[in-house]
Amino acid sequence: MSPAGEPGPAGEKLLDVVDLAKTFPNGTRAADDVSFTVARGETLGVVGESGCGKSTTAKMVLRLLQPDRGTVTFAGTDVLRARGRDLKEVRRGLQLVPQNPQTSFNPRLTVRSSLEFNLRAHGVARRAWRSTVDDMLVRCGLRAEQGDSYPHELSGGQLQRAAIARALVTGPDLVVCDEAVSALDKSVQAQVLNLLAELQSDLGVSYLFISHDLSVVEHISDRVLVMYLGRVVEQATAGSLYRDPAHPYTKALLSSAPGAPGERIVLTGEPPNPADPPSGCTFRTRCPWVMDTCAAERPLLAVTPTGSLAACHLNLTSRPALAAPSPA
Amino acid sequence: MTTQAPALAPAAVSRPRTARRARRLPAPALVSAVVLAAVAALTLLAPLISPYGPLEGDLAARLQPIGSPGHLLGTDGQGRDVLTRLLHGARPSLLAGLLPVVFAAAVGIVLGLVAALGHPRVHTLVMRSLDVLYAFPAVLLAIAIAAALGSGISNAIIALAVILVPPVARVTESEAMRIKSADFMAAAQVSGAGRVSIALRQVLPNVAPGVVVYATALVGLSIVYAAGLSYLGLGVSPPTAEWGVMVSEMQQYLFTAPSLLLVPAVAILVVSVAFNVLGDGLRDFFNVRTDAS
Amino acid sequence: MTSPTETPETSGAAPSRPGAPAPTAGPALEVTGLTTTFSRGGRQVLAVRGVDVSVGAGESLVLLGESGSGKSVTIRSILRLYGSSARHTGSVVLGDQDLMRLDAAAVRAVRGRTLAMVPQDPNGSLDPLRPVGRQLEQVLRLHGVVADRKAARARALELLALVGIPSPPRVAASHPHELSGGMRQRVAIAIAVACDPAVLLADEPTTALDVTVQSQILDLFGDLQERLGTALLLVTHDVSVAADVADRVAVMYAGSIVEEGPAREVLENPRHPYTQALLDAIPRPTSERGHLKAIPGSPPVAGTDFHGCSFADRCALAQESCRTQPPALLPVADGHRAACPVANPVVAA
Repeated sequence: MSPAGEPGPAGEKLLDVVDLAKTFPNGTRAADDVSFTVARGETLGVVGESGCGKSTTAKMVLRLLQPDRGTVTFAGTDVLRARGRDLKEVRRGLQLVPQNPQTSFNPRLTVRSSLEFNLRAHGVARRAWRSTVDDMLVRCGLRAEQGDSYPHELSGGQLQRAAIARALVTGPDLVVCDEAVSALDKSVQAQVLNLLAELQSDLGVSYLFISHDLSVVEHISDRVLVMYLGRVVEQATAGSLYRDPAHPYTKALLSSAPGAPGERIVLTGEPPNPADPPSGCTFRTRCPWVMDTCAAERPLLAVTPTGSLAACHLNLTSRPALAAPSPA
Repeated sequence: MTTQAPALAPAAVSRPRTARRARRLPAPALVSAVVLAAVAALTLLAPLISPYGPLEGDLAARLQPIGSPGHLLGTDGQGRDVLTRLLHGARPSLLAGLLPVVFAAAVGIVLGLVAALGHPRVHTLVMRSLDVLYAFPAVLLAIAIAAALGSGISNAIIALAVILVPPVARVTESEAMRIKSADFMAAAQVSGAGRVSIALRQVLPNVAPGVVVYATALVGLSIVYAAGLSYLGLGVSPPTAEWGVMVSEMQQYLFTAPSLLLVPAVAILVVSVAFNVLGDGLRDFFNVRTDAS
Repeated sequence: MTSPTETPETSGAAPSRPGAPAPTAGPALEVTGLTTTFSRGGRQVLAVRGVDVSVGAGESLVLLGESGSGKSVTIRSILRLYGSSARHTGSVVLGDQDLMRLDAAAVRAVRGRTLAMVPQDPNGSLDPLRPVGRQLEQVLRLHGVVADRKAARARALELLALVGIPSPPRVAASHPHELSGGMRQRVAIAIAVACDPAVLLADEPTTALDVTVQSQILDLFGDLQERLGTALLLVTHDVSVAADVADRVAVMYAGSIVEEGPAREVLENPRHPYTQALLDAIPRPTSERGHLKAIPGSPPVAGTDFHGCSFADRCALAQESCRTQPPALLPVADGHRAACPVANPVVAA
C-alpha cells in the first residue's frame, strides 16, 4: 500500500489542489492551506462538521468561488485561470451533485430539459439528446419517461438519481458530491450510495465526496480527509482511519458515530468562531490531550507510524495510543 | 435498479393530481379575461358595428341623453353618437395602454437580467440610472416627456414606455437576484453553459411569470395614464375618438349632462380594473409551481 | 395550580436511573388509538393511523421513522398544535386529563406547563430581539410558577445552570444570535423544563447540530430526566440518536407503529422487516462498498391509502395476504411488539 498522502497506484493525479485559502469579508477563515489530490477512478472523502470549510473547498474546486490563494489543477489545466475552450473542458470533466435534490433542479424545467441544458452547453448534437438523456436516466435507476416530470413530481431519492444523471450526462472524470446523500432517508440513502459505487466501477469516474456523516464517508471512500475549522487535520486511507485514527478530533468523531467500539470521547464545548480561530492548533480548545506547545505552534501534516498524515503535535512526541484521557 | 418501480405508484398518482387541480385561473380573473376578450372583439369590429361615423355629428341632436332613440348612449356636445365614438375610441385607448407595457417589458426584462447577472459594476450602473428616472413622479415625467416630444399618440406611447421601464426592470432584477442564489444555479454554472444561455434558459423561465403578472397590472395603469395624457391634450388630439379625449370633451357638460361623462370614464375604469384583476389571477395561477420549488 | 405529577416532592423523589419503574402508578403520558386526518383540497389525508404509545415518568421513548412516517405529526397532534386544521380520534391522557377532550384554552394551559416541547431549530422559537434570560423569565411568569420578577430572575439563572450552561448570568444577557447552536438548544431546553413538566416532547432536537455537539445535548436529556424525573418522548430519523437516549423505541412507518419495545431489543434484535432493513441500510465499517442492503423504492407519501401492510410494496418477505390484511401490533417477546405476522408467525396469545 502506498502512503495515504499519495494517490493509489491505480491512477494518475486527476485533481491536484495546493494550498487553497479563503477568508470571507466578515473575517471567517473558511479554508486555510487545504491541499489534496484525487486520482483517476478514486473516491476521496472529505468529512468535518459545519463550518469546517469542506463545502467552501468544494466551491473553490468547482470555481464557484474564487480563493484568496492556492491552485486547483484538473487534468493538467489550471482551473482557476482557464478560459474559453479550456474552461469548457474543465466544466465538462468536473461536475457536481448538490446536497438538496428538491432545490438543485430548476422548478420550471422538466428533468429532461435540465439534463439537455448540460448537453447543449457542450455542443452535443440535438438529435442525440433524447437517447443520451434516456440512457443516463435508466442507468441511474429511473425510467426514461420520468425525465418528463417536473422536479416537484419526483421524490427526494428519485431527484437525487436525476441529479447524478445530470452530473454524468456529459461524461465527466470527477464528480464533486457535496453532501449528496445527507438529505435522503436512510433507506433511500443506501440505494444512492450503491448507485454511486456501481457507476464508478462502470464508468471509472472519480468522486470528491463531501459529507458530515463519517460512516457514509468511510463506506464510499478510498481515502478520507478530515477537516476542522478550515484546515486538514488528518488524511488517511478509509480503513486505517477507522482502525487507527491519528488525530484526536478524528478519534472523537469516530467515537460519536453509531455502533462505535471502545470508550466514547465526548468533546466539551463547540467549534470556535471561525472568524477568530485559536492560535496554534485550532482544535486545542476542545482537545482532551492538549499540551503547552499546541497554543504556541501550529502542527503541520506529518506522516504517522501507520502511514496516515495527521496535523497533531502528539504525532511527533509520545502518543498515548488510543487510551482515553484522564478527566482534566 | 428496477427495484424503484413498486413504490413509485402511489407517489406518481397522488402528487400531480394536487398540482393539476390547483392550476386553474380563479373565477374573478376568468370574468376579467372574458370582459377583456369582449372589449377586444368590439374594438376590432368597431367600423362594422358602429351605427354612425366617429366624426359625423348632427348639431341639431346634441347632448341627447343615454337611451335616446337612435343613440343608445346619447350624443355629445357636437351631436356625435357616443356609442360610436366609444367603440372607435377603444383602439387608440387600448393601444396606448398595451404598447408601452409591451415595450417596457421587453426593455425592462433585458435590463433587469443584465443588472442581476452581470458584473457588480454593471449592476450598479443600471440600477442607479433607473433610480434617476424613479426620482421623478411617474405621471409628471410622462407629461414632461410627452410635452417635450409634442402631442400625438405615438409620442404619448413613447413617454409611457419610458416611465414604465424602471418598475419592470426592478421587478425583474429582484426576482433574478433571488433566483441567482438558488441551488440549481450552481449546477447551471458548473454545466459550462455561457451566461446568456443561463440567463435565457434557467433564469428567464423563473422570472417571466412574475413579470407577466406585474405587466398585466401595469396595462391597467397605462390605460389610465394614456387617457390622462389625452385629456391634457398631450396624447391623441381631438376630434379623433379616444376615451381620454372624450372625458375631456364631455367635462364641460358636467352640469348639463353628467351621465354622458360617465360613459368613457366607466369604460376606462372597467378595462383598467379587469387588467388588474387578471394580473392578480395570473399570480395565483403561476404560484402553484413556484410553491413546489 | 399544581397537578400531582409536578410537585417538588415528586421531582425530588424521581427515579435515579432512566428506565426504572416510575414511583407513581400508570404512565405519565398515554396515547391510545390516535389518528390525525388533514383535509387537503377536498381529499382526506390520514397522516397518523392509530398510534398507541405510553411513557412513564423518568422514561424515554423514541419515535423512530423516516420522512413521511407521521412521527412529527404524532407529537404535534399530542400537543394539539394543528387546531382546527386536523381531525383527531383516540385519546391523549396526561395525568388525569384527556387532552383530546379539553377546549383550546385548557390545552394552552397544559402546553408549556405539564407538557413541554423542545423544538428542532431553536432559532425559530427564540425571539431574536430579546436577551434569552428575559424570555426564560417571561415563560416562568406566564405560567405563574414564580412569585415576582426577582424570583423569576433567580430561577432563570438556576435553569440555565441546570442545562449545563457555564456562565448563566452572561448567557442570560445574550441575544440568541450571540450564542452557538448548541447553546441556543440548551436555552430552548431550559425554557421547556422551566415549569417542571411531567412530559417533555422533542422533535429532532439535535438534527441541526454537529455530531460532537449532538452527543452533549443527548447526554443533557438523560441528565435532566435523572434529576427531574421527566418523561421524554423524542422523535428522530437517526438510529444512533435512538440508541443513545431511548429506553424504549417505537418504529413508525407510513403513519403507524410497526414495532415497539426496549431499545436494545428493537435495535439489536429487530422483529419487523422494515426495522431490520432500516438498520441494514446504514453503512457500517464492515459493509462492502456498492453492496449496502438498500430498501427498494421510497417511503410512501403521507396519506397514501393501504389495504394491507403499508410496507408490503418494499418488503422482501411480502406475501399475498400482506397486501389485503392490515397486520396488528402483537407481542413477540417480553415487552416487544411487532406488526408482522410473516416474520413472527404464530404466537400463542
